[in-house]
Amino acid sequence: MTDARQPAIIAKGLCKSFGEVKVLVDVDLSVPEGTVFALLGPNGAGKTTVVRILSTLISADAGTASVAGHDVVRDSDGVRTTIGVTGQFSALDELLTGEENLRLMADLNHLGPAAGRSRVAELLDRFELAEAARRPVATHSGGMKRRLDLAMTLVGTPTVIFLDEPTTGLDPRSRRMMWTIIRDLVAGGVTIFLTTQYLEEADQLADRVAVLDQGKLVAEGSPDELKRRIPGAHVQLQFAQPQDLESAARLLGTGSQDSARLTLHIPTSGEVSSLRRLLDQIDDARIVASQVSIHTPDLDDVFFAVTGHSASKDGAST
Amino acid sequence: MTVQLVVLPVLMLFLFVFVFGNQLGHGLGVPLAGGHTSRAGYLNYVVPGILLLTIAAAVQGTAIVVAMDMTGGIIDRFRTMGIARAAFLTSHVLASLTQVLTSIVVVLGVSFALGFRSTANPLGWLAAIGVLLLFAFGLIWLATALGLAARSVETASNTPIFIVLLVFLGSGFVPASTMPEGIRQFASWQPFTPVTETIRGLLTGTHLGANAIAAISWSVCIAIVSYLWAAHLYKTRQPR
Repeated sequence: MTDARQPAIIAKGLCKSFGEVKVLVDVDLSVPEGTVFALLGPNGAGKTTVVRILSTLISADAGTASVAGHDVVRDSDGVRTTIGVTGQFSALDELLTGEENLRLMADLNHLGPAAGRSRVAELLDRFELAEAARRPVATHSGGMKRRLDLAMTLVGTPTVIFLDEPTTGLDPRSRRMMWTIIRDLVAGGVTIFLTTQYLEEADQLADRVAVLDQGKLVAEGSPDELKRRIPGAHVQLQFAQPQDLESAARLLGTGSQDSARLTLHIPTSGEVSSLRRLLDQIDDARIVASQVSIHTPDLDDVFFAVTGHSASKDGAST
Repeated sequence: MTVQLVVLPVLMLFLFVFVFGNQLGHGLGVPLAGGHTSRAGYLNYVVPGILLLTIAAAVQGTAIVVAMDMTGGIIDRFRTMGIARAAFLTSHVLASLTQVLTSIVVVLGVSFALGFRSTANPLGWLAAIGVLLLFAFGLIWLATALGLAARSVETASNTPIFIVLLVFLGSGFVPASTMPEGIRQFASWQPFTPVTETIRGLLTGTHLGANAIAAISWSVCIAIVSYLWAAHLYKTRQPR
């Protein structure tokens, strides 16, 4: 069906507006088969809109897209038989039990009674849902619902899977578990398109990352390439007196100072010894710093690096 | 859900027969057959009304579950799966129709236990059930459309209440001819009255007149218009 060298997902020039609001502007994407692609961006960047277009839920105003060789508009049925989608909002029937939800999917995928039963049992087991399988979904925890949601997506063994913010709102343990599941899926040859607000998640999972900001792709590359564009970790020193800030800046000779907030940012490798040396230096010169904090790069830094503005400040919401 | 939907009409049956029944039976002067008390006579009169109330209560459930599916994430799942577009709506309609049939059987069972006696032969019964299901089919499509149109589950549970009201503003519980001017005209023109009178005629042998034709026409019209509305909403409405 799909040539091995052909990308599993291709999008060219996608544009979408809701009324006056331009949600996507000329977005190009290409995801090779059997890889994980992470679309990184803050709330309202347009991540969900991209997923909704690629999964045939809505149509783009302009541009083309195809998934596993099927055009999302002309051959939407072809796309639907190959993809699995786990959206941001749980796509479960809360009145049914976990097992019944999975059986419903098995029936809708025409698995047949025997194959359906074994597939459901296998998924319940794999996602650690077997214990609660006979309880209504309404009683499940957030993490369990998310796992069940993904399990339902997998009943039909899709080859391309869309995960819209799969770990948002999950506790760290559930998040790790979700990551393990995603890695296992890719090891099995599945292509994964995920959206996330977390740089760490993209770093952990993705082969390629694209940064979406206000509907435009502002950066694309491997996580390492992307991180190279971000300033490294830095130490922030807080001073009580302006003269202390001045003397520290003169003494250290590096870093950037913020005179209004009385802070000094000094690049660091993050090693304990270098931090100790830095503090000793200040101490020896009898400069009083009131507070010290270590800052590691996060999504905000990526955004600042590639867009020149902070990720959390733009409010446009889809 | 199904249990709740059956309990309401059964409760109404008890309420109308045992609380209001005696007085209403006298007041209506319903023909009393073979030494029946007024209460038993009123039971025979009110069963068609209760059956329609059963349908009205059931379709309220239809609107709610359709809205629940539409406002939750599950509709997106269905829409991104390789299943027929129409399956979502038709399966809701079929499920509701099954629910209605079950409720009708239960309500009839209780009615018989309380002393309801029908004059209908098997053919008459078949016709009565057929008319009820056809009318229910139309109302289920209407409720499906209301569920699709609703922005929230709360709205979807409120809008179909007018359907329940129509049961009372018809000849379900008292004859339309006893109602004041205005309401009487409304009652005799709205769809529930001919349907009620058709069921009453088929089950208890009252005069049918043109009611059967009116009942079937109303049912078919409601079904067609509601189906078109629902199909349009389903195509154009984006969830959330």
